[in-house]
Amino acid sequence: MKKKPFLLAILSLLSVVGLVLFAQEGSVVIKIVSPQKPVMAVPDFRGSGAAVSLMSAFNETLFSDLQNSGLFDMAPKGMYPLQVPQRPEDFRQPARPGASMGGLALSDWSSPPVNANFLAAGYTADQNGQMVLYGWLFDVGQPNLANAQILGKRYFGSLDETGARRVAHEFAADILAHWGATSLYGTHIYFVSNRTGHKEIWQMDPDGSNQKQLARYNSISIMPAVSPDGSKVAFTSYAGGNPGIFILSTETGRRLSFYNQKASLNATPNFTPDGKQILYASSASGWAQIYVANLDGSNLKRISSSRAIEVEPKVNPKSGNDIVFVSGRSGPQQIFRMNFDGTGVEQLTNGEGEASNPSWNPNGEVIAFAWTRGYATGNFNIFLMDVATRRYDQLTHSEGRNENPGWAPDGRHLVFMSTRSGSHQIYTMVADGTQVHQLTTQGNNWTPVWGK
Amino acid sequence: MLLKRKWSVIWMVLLSIALIGSTTGCKKKAPPPPPPPAPVQPPPAPPPPAPDISEFSAEPSTIERGQSSTLRWSVSNANQISIDNGVGTVQASGSKSVYPNDTTTYRLTATGPGGTLSKSATVTVTAPPPPAPPPAPPKETIEQRVGQLQDAFFDYDKSDIREDARAALTKDADALKSILQDFPSGTITVEGHCDERGSAEYNLGLGDRRATAAKDFLVQLGVPGDRLKTISYGKERPVCTESNEGCWQRNRRAHFSVGQ
Repeated sequence: MKKKPFLLAILSLLSVVGLVLFAQEGSVVIKIVSPQKPVMAVPDFRGSGAAVSLMSAFNETLFSDLQNSGLFDMAPKGMYPLQVPQRPEDFRQPARPGASMGGLALSDWSSPPVNANFLAAGYTADQNGQMVLYGWLFDVGQPNLANAQILGKRYFGSLDETGARRVAHEFAADILAHWGATSLYGTHIYFVSNRTGHKEIWQMDPDGSNQKQLARYNSISIMPAVSPDGSKVAFTSYAGGNPGIFILSTETGRRLSFYNQKASLNATPNFTPDGKQILYASSASGWAQIYVANLDGSNLKRISSSRAIEVEPKVNPKSGNDIVFVSGRSGPQQIFRMNFDGTGVEQLTNGEGEASNPSWNPNGEVIAFAWTRGYATGNFNIFLMDVATRRYDQLTHSEGRNENPGWAPDGRHLVFMSTRSGSHQIYTMVADGTQVHQLTTQGNNWTPVWGK
Repeated sequence: MLLKRKWSVIWMVLLSIALIGSTTGCKKKAPPPPPPPAPVQPPPAPPPPAPDISEFSAEPSTIERGQSSTLRWSVSNANQISIDNGVGTVQASGSKSVYPNDTTTYRLTATGPGGTLSKSATVTVTAPPPPAPPPAPPKETIEQRVGQLQDAFFDYDKSDIREDARAALTKDADALKSILQDFPSGTITVEGHCDERGSAEYNLGLGDRRATAAKDFLVQLGVPGDRLKTISYGKERPVCTESNEGCWQRNRRAHFSVGQ
């Protein structure tokens, strides 16, 4: 789907508002997701003609898109009234306020047992060999229908399961947009899998479907990063001998040229928010240090200067001027912040345990990262930190190792690696730790990143 | 008593008669006997046949030293048959394997009433090709020699050369100098490895430090630095995967391999 810049602006505004910070450590201090969630009712839509057989795929997709968004509490389907309005004309005004109309009154949905705030309703039809969806969203707390309708739109798709899922995704995306949220439909997760016997770069859809290998090097290819527009993936590979930086087009799978400077190690590349430069770590000075270069590796410049190991530079997507990175300059690996020119270095994590894998929320204020704080060495969990205040929250709680959190483009979801199943696998969750879904099962899978 | 005397008288009478008779005969002159008939001359015995050696061969006639040749003979009209060169008396026909060390002419002598005959057969002995010289101690490949170098081990999150690593690398330095001399075009890679606990990204940098620290130490001991490469495998290539200190220590190492 098309991303609209103003949606991102609304999202970031909401994120700022939602960033409620409590003084007491240990309680939830970072609110990426509001705890006050509207209750959404989504009765099963019905179809006509050839669309009938496609309705289970449609209803499943619409419900899970809304549920997995983390924006809503979903009203249980078993509580719904018997009669379901399929279009605005179906609603009836109760004779007196609160009188039951068996489902045809707005108040039938806002009152017990449904207790919904919103109702998504509609139907599909087979129209000239195409699937057409009529979708509406109603604010059922309103006293009359004129004020209740928030959204009413037609969607067209092919008359097959793909088309049914597509119109469901698009309708869900428009509902999410009402809350300033972007849909993850059409985004991709890039990750490493060894299911072929070698670590290779793979991609998949946010629900784990359509897993496919991007390129085959039969070497060790690891730690992907995705460009802001989703058109390129940069990663570290041993395909050329020593670890070096490779860049691929995600559309063609072709390798783009990148000059790796003469060093035993060039690794952990990441794109700047404008997509025009690459930050990476190189051992050219004798220690892994942070460098920046053009997309083809030219015009390289050293940013950090220490005699310590420094990797994983990530540029603030909002300011374009903050870099968070991992450094051993104070002892065990910790997360630091510095300006783009290497000045203003400050330590973000407090020195406890080991910290790694910082990932900027699109709002440019919160990072997700992996930290062993409170656990044995190596037992990482996923944390969030508000960079300005350095307050943090823990999202996973020692279910195996949990590492490499990566923000979804919607700023509300995280993808991460966990060993909770006994092997290394990829999971997603809402950034409050809920809605955890396992996406991979084949082989071992690592270091996911979420791109457009 | 009486009977005995009687027999004596008889004997005496008989004896007397005998004596008278003989005296009378000798006195009588007999006519000359007729000449004996000419003796029948027996036909002269045919001369005994000469021995015959119908076969005396050595097969094969040429052997390599250590192999055998078979003497085969067939003799008639002989009662004494022998072959020299240690074979000795043999039957009229037969065979025998011989193992002469050098070219030998065997002579079979057959003696019979009709005379003596001999025949010879020669076994030519050639020297076998000399055995392969005892294999020279096999020349070790550069991979084998590099495989014998000792790993240098490190503390967690450290790239300092410990005392035990110092000892291992000091031994390695001598071996490396010798290897690089014996393989003038060879290069050797110093690999840096880490245990599983730190992040994979940080461990790339840590493994790089360990490889570099080991290389720097070796160069100080005179190993030519331009022939030593370094590479970090971080925690991508562990030698073991158990989550305990024994395995972690084995993975925190600098290891040698033949250059890429």
